[in-house]
Amino acid sequence: MQSCVLSVLLLNVYYGAVSSLYFHIGETEKKCFIEEIPDETMIIGNYRTQLYDKQKEEYLPATQGLGMFVEVKDPDEKVILSRQYGSEGRFTFTSHTPGEHQICLHSNSSKFALFAGGMLRVHLDIQVGEHTNNYAEIAAKDKLTELQLRVRQLVEQVDQIQKEQNYQRYREERFRQTSESTNQRVLWWSIVQTLILVAIGFWQMRHLKSFFEAKKLV
Amino acid sequence: MYGSIRVLLAQLLCGLALGSELTFELPDNAKQCFYEDITISTKCTLEFQVVTGGHYDVDCRLEDPDGIVLYKEMKKQYDSFTFNAAKNGTFKFCFSNEFSTFTHKTVYFDFQVGEDPPLFPNENRVTALTQMESACVSIHEALKSVIDYQTHFRLREAQGRSRAEDLNTRVAFWSIGEAFILLVVSISQVVLLRSFFSDRKTTTTRVGS
Repeated sequence: MQSCVLSVLLLNVYYGAVSSLYFHIGETEKKCFIEEIPDETMIIGNYRTQLYDKQKEEYLPATQGLGMFVEVKDPDEKVILSRQYGSEGRFTFTSHTPGEHQICLHSNSSKFALFAGGMLRVHLDIQVGEHTNNYAEIAAKDKLTELQLRVRQLVEQVDQIQKEQNYQRYREERFRQTSESTNQRVLWWSIVQTLILVAIGFWQMRHLKSFFEAKKLV
Repeated sequence: MYGSIRVLLAQLLCGLALGSELTFELPDNAKQCFYEDITISTKCTLEFQVVTGGHYDVDCRLEDPDGIVLYKEMKKQYDSFTFNAAKNGTFKFCFSNEFSTFTHKTVYFDFQVGEDPPLFPNENRVTALTQMESACVSIHEALKSVIDYQTHFRLREAQGRSRAEDLNTRVAFWSIGEAFILLVVSISQVVLLRSFFSDRKTTTTRVGS
């Protein structure tokens, strides 16, 4: 049973590095992805890069010396992760404030010839919250039976739902504050503008009257 | 042990079950394409929603490995498209904001390929699941749909909130701007009127009639 689970674990690790969704990125281009997550949520990102080889006219499996710069910003624009990884990498971070986190990737290549007019192919996979758990590993570590592991997965899912709902309450509060602020502003500025209008009117009439009186026209 | 490895390998060969969910920013006049290698007869679902920006719409296009367009919609806010992969190869889907001149859009998409991998590799064993286990499976599926609904609700709320914040700043700027314009116009009115009467000191004073 142990060796069985370990073999599953090994294959899962390989599985994780296998290609998923991919896109193309230019040499100096920075691609950013937004993850709106509650606090204390873990995010694991896996990426793999391939460079286009003009001679073979296909994408090479891995290129030496080509790395990707990964930068993660929290909702307050503070950088929480800023590291350079190789052509294949895995980055992990846990959010401490709820909100929109920004994950940005760009290549560290300074040699233009390396890209030679082609694009870099980036395979990316981002797992959030409950999906980051490696159940095979958890089963092996805590020696859980099948049923216990299933219940553990359900507990993790419910945990994620609860965190998301807490975050939802916080977002709704912000929304309500914004709406009330708009309401206040509309009210306040309408009054101020009416007052300005009336005051200006009075000032104009008074000023012109005194002006004409000085000119002996009135 | 070898049995489970064989099953896992078979699973790997029969089509990896993957789900990618990403939110990215699409600048104006830009097009962003994503590619995925899919094996034949895998059920796939593409779902997208525009979160912020302009009229909250985007062009979406899904092509199969031979370039045949499977799905094409212009200026859509939200849609969901399910298809069965008829061929092996690289499927491509693109989001385009080329019709917009100055608004950036934030687009969320969820591309599900195949079913989620089961918790255990030896899922297709001879004995059926016990009542407890099948209860756990149905709870798991129900919670997955709860999480899905939560995501959609979060996106719509983000949309509403961004509109409200936009409105708030616009009200502030326009109010200040209007008050300023009011002052400028009224003062220049008075100055202009004064200038009509200031130059003709030597000529006969014309009483307005």
